[in-house]
Amino acid sequence: MKVSDLLKNSEFKCLNPQIGVEGEIKSGYVGDLLSWVMANAGNECAWVTIQTHVNIIAVATLLEMACVIIPEGAEVEESTLERAIIEDIPVITTGLNAYEVCKILGNAGV
Amino acid sequence: MSYELVFEVERGDFETAGGASRKIKKTLQQLGISSKIIRKVSIAGYEGEMNLAIHSWGGTILLQVEEKEIILTIQDSGPGIPDLHLAMTEGWSTAGVEAQRMGFGAGMGLPNMDRNADHFEIESKVGNGTKILMKFFL
Repeated sequence: MKVSDLLKNSEFKCLNPQIGVEGEIKSGYVGDLLSWVMANAGNECAWVTIQTHVNIIAVATLLEMACVIIPEGAEVEESTLERAIIEDIPVITTGLNAYEVCKILGNAGV
Repeated sequence: MSYELVFEVERGDFETAGGASRKIKKTLQQLGISSKIIRKVSIAGYEGEMNLAIHSWGGTILLQVEEKEIILTIQDSGPGIPDLHLAMTEGWSTAGVEAQRMGFGAGMGLPNMDRNADHFEIESKVGNGTKILMKFFL
């Protein structure tokens, strides 16, 4: 599925909609330990993390992720969004928890 | 083909840390390096960069692109690692509370570098600092 397909679900909101959201989500990954994510997440994945600081964009950029999904309504820092716009990484927020996000991704064939 | 770039990383600079790794990645893309090798260099470079920000008093990352290999040299001026064997153990970390809260300190930095580089060397002396040399064969 594309990031734009995920955003058709009203549970998800893109915090930097000025960038492109047509990237393909080829896999999903959940994790908050950045080195662990660096070692194991796939390229073009949707990464679900409760971390909201600017370094998540560094990780997402280096791994060429499709998007970062912040669950449970956690607030994202402004510096993170500024960097995400520069690096073209969609940052998506949702009130759902990580498990519920994964169910939706899984049901959509990711 | 021979190309060289140096980046400085300051201690505790979590906000801009990751910037050197991003520039390294973009440079390698411009040089036409394969995405598989870029991923390995990016992961190892990022771990090195974060180690400089979290653990060192500041240091440098030197990127060298040669005909047959990419070399990353990560060097700091201290404080040095007292027990290299422990430091190389997956899961072992001395990262502080703030770094851990931000998702650092998984104890995978050095193991991730070792795993992704084709050649990995580390030397460290308390009081003198740490030098890591990584090679990625093209």
